Amino acid sequence: MQVKEFKPLIVAFCCNWCSYAGADLAGNNRLNYPAEVKIIRVPCSCRVNPTFILRAFQRGADGVILCGCHPGDCHYTSGNYYTRRRMAMLFSMLDYLGIERERTRVEWVSAAEGAKFAATMNDFVQTVTALGENKRLEDLRCKA
Amino acid sequence: MQSVTRQDLLDTALEKLADGTVSHVLGWSRGTFDYEATPTLFSDPDTLRTAFVWNDFCGANLSKYLIKHTRRLEGRLLVFLKPCDTYSFNQLLTEHRFERERVFVVGVPCNGMADPRKLKAQADGILSVTAEGDTLSVETLYDGTRTLAVADLLEERCLTCKSRRHAAYDLLLGEEGEVQDSARFDEVAAIEAMSPDERFAFWQKELSRCIRCNACRDVCPACTCEQCVFGNPSSGVENKAASNEFEEKLFHIIRALHVAGRCTDCGECSRVCPQGIPLHLLNRKFIKEINENYGVYQAGAEVGTRAPLVDFTLDDPEAETVVRRGDDA
Ligand code: SF4
Ligand code: SF4
Ligand code: FES
Repeated sequence: MQVKEFKPLIVAFCCNWCSYAGADLAGNNRLNYPAEVKIIRVPCSCRVNPTFILRAFQRGADGVILCGCHPGDCHYTSGNYYTRRRMAMLFSMLDYLGIERERTRVEWVSAAEGAKFAATMNDFVQTVTALGENKRLEDLRCKA
Repeated sequence: MQSVTRQDLLDTALEKLADGTVSHVLGWSRGTFDYEATPTLFSDPDTLRTAFVWNDFCGANLSKYLIKHTRRLEGRLLVFLKPCDTYSFNQLLTEHRFERERVFVVGVPCNGMADPRKLKAQADGILSVTAEGDTLSVETLYDGTRTLAVADLLEERCLTCKSRRHAAYDLLLGEEGEVQDSARFDEVAAIEAMSPDERFAFWQKELSRCIRCNACRDVCPACTCEQCVFGNPSSGVENKAASNEFEEKLFHIIRALHVAGRCTDCGECSRVCPQGIPLHLLNRKFIKEINENYGVYQAGAEVGTRAPLVDFTLDDPEAETVVRRGDDA
């Protein structure tokens, strides 16, 4: 019997002004990052309500990463500072509930950091692949 | 036993009604049984005299009822608040849920409230409960009259009481207490020390009992949105439709996050949960994280402070550092 190779589904929320442009740059520079990464563009990292992340897991994501401008560089001056606290709290709660914390990550990626974007995604996909399928945060109703 | 008597509270309320300071009184009356005290609005002195209760079962925090009644009624309301209730009161003021001038706060000292669940676990077929000093005289159907010490029946939150000092009042009855050095984070630390699988199993066991009655939301003084995501049928989180592990957790994560930084740790959620889920352990986790990472903060200690999750400093720790901290321990 052949075992199907596990390909994780990764959702990457990227802020329009830095990380999304960083992803673009990675593409322009022909840098590889896995096709499993699905990017969702948001106006600012602060736009991401913690429920978005939970919802992504509910709908079958195996890992969720949130990328925004470096602290101090947010297009709206302070959005990512709020993100930082909010995500720290969300992640610590997931950890407290015994849910693998490696499935979530926050990374600051600027528009000039195409290489960092690609490296981050490669690393994150590797980590999540090693963890296997998301079982603790899945919603059977949302699975085909 | 409480250090101020029913008569003390009643006299104050009657006096303030009579001299026109207030038009209504928010207090408690007897529920179906002697060990239940229901939040009640009184407007006439005669009902107040007959129905008002103040005893070891007045755990209900009256502050949230002020929103509804200040909107509905004219005039000023008198409300009785225990020390922990006053933190909720301040938090509601901070969030502009009602106007301070509309309320006359009578601070009442509290020696801890009895938990009806603990009482019922010790005595079957309870007919009546009468306070006698530090004990309750409990008349039962099967077992005659039993005498139980209030100290053995205290609610969990009272065993780790954070403050016996009122954070707000217009008139104080009895003696003022002190902020307590309570061990309220010990249980959280014990869970943190477990392995991830143990933590998962622990919460799975607790949260899978949730019947999604929403009582914890309804009672919470930090949950005062007029439209709630849990009432929205297209939100995907409005009821307990699927009994899988995720669904059971989602509601609780969202609710705990929603009140994070604003939760005063009043303990009402755990008190009302019909399934006995230790919800305070979720809220205290956030309070503990906030204290450790962003500086000690007590919601409702003062009016007008900025909640930690709508605030920041330039050198807050990164999310990764906050969560990974446990590894080094
Ligand atoms: S979450 Fe619980 S402890 Fe916190 S304010 Fe609401 S009812 Fe009180
Ligand atoms: S009060 Fe208890 S059973 Fe009801 S929704 Fe809240 S946690 Fe679930
Ligand atoms: S605009 Fe990029 S994080 Fe705010």
